[in-house]
Amino acid sequence: MAQIVIDTANHIAGYAAKAARAKVVAAYPITPQTTIVEKIAEFVESGEMEAEYIRVESEHSAMAACIGAAAAGVRTFTATSAHGLALMHEALHWASGARLPIVMVVVNRAMGAPWSIWPDFSDSLSQRDTGWLQFYCADNQEVFDTIIQAYRLCEDERVFLPAMVCLEGFLLSHTYMPVQIHNQNEIDDFLPPYKSGWTLDVNNPVTHANLVSPEWYMEFRYMIQEAMENAKRLIPEIDMEYGRRFGFQYGGLVDKYQCENADLIICTMGTIGCEAKVAVDNLRKNGLKVGAARIRVYRPFPVEEIRKLALQARIIATIDRHISFGMEGFLASEVKASLYHMEDKPLIAGFIAGLGGRDVTFKTIEGIAQKSLKWLERGRVEKETEWIDLRE
Amino acid sequence: MSFPKTRKEMPLTPLSLPTVGSMGKTGSWRTFKPVVNYSTCTKCTLCWIYCPDGAITRREDDSPEIDYEYCKGCGICANECPVKAITMEREEE
Repeated sequence: MAQIVIDTANHIAGYAAKAARAKVVAAYPITPQTTIVEKIAEFVESGEMEAEYIRVESEHSAMAACIGAAAAGVRTFTATSAHGLALMHEALHWASGARLPIVMVVVNRAMGAPWSIWPDFSDSLSQRDTGWLQFYCADNQEVFDTIIQAYRLCEDERVFLPAMVCLEGFLLSHTYMPVQIHNQNEIDDFLPPYKSGWTLDVNNPVTHANLVSPEWYMEFRYMIQEAMENAKRLIPEIDMEYGRRFGFQYGGLVDKYQCENADLIICTMGTIGCEAKVAVDNLRKNGLKVGAARIRVYRPFPVEEIRKLALQARIIATIDRHISFGMEGFLASEVKASLYHMEDKPLIAGFIAGLGGRDVTFKTIEGIAQKSLKWLERGRVEKETEWIDLRE
Repeated sequence: MSFPKTRKEMPLTPLSLPTVGSMGKTGSWRTFKPVVNYSTCTKCTLCWIYCPDGAITRREDDSPEIDYEYCKGCGICANECPVKAITMEREEE
């Protein structure tokens, strides 16, 4: 029987690791992630979850433990935040390069200095080019469902890559919401036992992923790029199948809301996408043709979907909870890059908002929409990157 | 040992099988040579355990035998030997 629980996204992530039958969990505490591994410790201690729970001495070791376990042939799980993720950086490359389907929850927290425990995407987006898939969730149910979907995707032989499932600290991690925990037999049916591209075997000793000469290295990189493209094709399929089985579906790569006939599309990631829907409802009541597109999967980036949206939109406003210093928000850059080869491109306005956990409410987003529509009327974006709610 | 001809034939990750001396006879890299004094050696086998290159084998009586074709002269065996029965001697020009 499916069961409804009212709990935080962190605890729900623990439920998902249990439901996915992860066999090795590497645990190292860091705010705001800690309650995920605490919940899993409870499950393992009570015998509800059959897993090896490894208390490691650092996040670098956490990833190393996951790499070893995944290579030895079991499903692995870990979770981290901010500086913990940064400490893993080197091992992240190793996991993707060795093509190990590890799933990790990243509870987004702004990077210091100055010290912060509140959310923005500067931690996970700094790991953009590590070869990991990146999902961004907007509510607790999506956290549960995305973890299950991520295992299914990563262990597909056309992918064999690791994935981060990202959720914003406190906004989701410590916020209670009702979530449906699906029937275990049905989850088992959707997610068969662990599969990886290769397994360590003491009876047939082989060294994997060691030194390759320039003659061979490029092809291994190209194969990862191909796997990313395959993932882009598979994510909507898996999301649809999941929807048919469990009744929850998220639009595949992009969660689109009222985008048909929209002049303005507000492009977001994470929880800001929920607020954007409220803003769209309010603006539509006033007769403004506005829609919202929440990027659910940042790597692989949904280039084709963005192009489809751009066919009808006359302006796209990106809201980045992140800044690439010396340039602009990543989302703004990616959307622009996606549209470069289109003939009739919409205008693109980039907004930076919500850094270090500053609130981005539907009212903020309505303001962003009004400004964007004004720029559309004037036929040009007057400021390439606008910082929202910034002190004078 | 075979190499793939096309990308499609390549494995997910590069892999190598265990083999003796795939980099050639690495003993030529050596500057200092470990020399065992068998009269003080207690056959504790610590040098055999610690040798990072598997260049030390155990004889019937557990005394060490150094394979100079592959020993790179790192000196770990001499450092670990509890009775100082291994000395590092500079190679001749």
